[in-house]
Amino acid sequence: MKHTYLKNVVTLNLDKDKCVGCGMCAVVCPHRVFAMEDRKAQIVDKDHCIECGACAINCLAKAISVEANVGCASAIIRGWLTGSEPTCDCSSGECC
Amino acid sequence: MSGCCCSRENSSCCGFETVATVSTQLTMRDTLGAWKVRWGIGRMNYKVEPGLYAVGKPENTSSVLVSANYKLTFDSLRKELSGLDCWLLILDTRGVNVWCAAGKGTFGTDELVNRISQTGLSDVVTHRKLILPQLGAVGISAHEVQKRSGFAVAYGPVRANDIKAYLASGNRATEAMRQVRFTLYDRLVLTPVEFVTAARKFLLVFGWLFIINLFAMRPFGLSDFVVCMGAVITGTVITPVLLPFIPGRSFAWKGWLAGLLGTIAICQLNGWYSSKTWGLALGYLLALPSISAYLAMNFTGSSTYTSFSGVTKEMKRAIPLILISVAVGTILVLLKSLLG
Repeated sequence: MKHTYLKNVVTLNLDKDKCVGCGMCAVVCPHRVFAMEDRKAQIVDKDHCIECGACAINCLAKAISVEANVGCASAIIRGWLTGSEPTCDCSSGECC
Repeated sequence: MSGCCCSRENSSCCGFETVATVSTQLTMRDTLGAWKVRWGIGRMNYKVEPGLYAVGKPENTSSVLVSANYKLTFDSLRKELSGLDCWLLILDTRGVNVWCAAGKGTFGTDELVNRISQTGLSDVVTHRKLILPQLGAVGISAHEVQKRSGFAVAYGPVRANDIKAYLASGNRATEAMRQVRFTLYDRLVLTPVEFVTAARKFLLVFGWLFIINLFAMRPFGLSDFVVCMGAVITGTVITPVLLPFIPGRSFAWKGWLAGLLGTIAICQLNGWYSSKTWGLALGYLLALPSISAYLAMNFTGSSTYTSFSGVTKEMKRAIPLILISVAVGTILVLLKSLLG
């Protein structure tokens, strides 16, 4: 069964003009959000994006932008409380 | 882990760093260790030494697999490598698994490039290829690594148990190998840590209830313990396990719904819908499903399919409602307890 989370929330964006068609985004995406068509990447399943950022940092053409961060409530709460970037700080003994 | 490299014929011998050979068989101790960390015992210090390891009798043309130094990760990888001859390059992720460490940047480009030079990998193998777990891509920039170290990064499958098939097919991963799943079993093994972490906090609450009992008209008893524990179990075990079967999308909603059903049932069993105790029932019905909702919301961090934007949206809606209903519910329960 494929899990589905909230719709129309993710910050993923692809600039097709910059895409050089290497296909790396389609390789690294753990939720198969990208597909290659006519030697260009295409976003085919945006709502399954988890904003992990793997596609963006492996895109040598810098064609992908996404506000990469952890989808982890306790990390986000920690971020709110400390006023810092939410990090999945597993070493504190909680989370993931 | 063995000592001198000179005893093995394939080692880049003496004068070079010693490369330890690892077994592909897990011992009882490894299995027990895995069980312990799943229950949250010593989980933050379950590590192996970073560095280069040999599996079987690798040669200078053998594949190099890269992984993290969380022992649970290391063990689940090496047990899939029986019969293979390859190298393992273990990065220092401070005992955190590949995906989480990649998110934090410890399984990252810098660490990989440094580890390659520290282990002298380019003297050990003649090729310039590395195989990384796909989920490591969150922290690794393949083209950066190539530029800085000369090693080309290939992303292997998501799961270690696909690695043999990947290598056998000439380093090709199928669509299924590239996809993260979140099966019933995947969710189930995560629940003990969730439960233990939450239950520890709840022991503090029970401590307070014990103090309140000293001057309460209606002391808290076993039935109260059961209904409260029910809410904790619903949020940390039942909701995660039944996740895709509970209607709705947000985790908080799923937890609240499951918590409500459970609390309604337990209040019924305790006979709390009477004219004398309806306030108690109402208090619990307000407080406990919200606590289940909160605990279920925390499971977003353990899940494999939630985004930061999604979780933030869900939390902005859920947290105010959770706080209000827990506060009002707790007041009602305390009133009933103190005034009788």
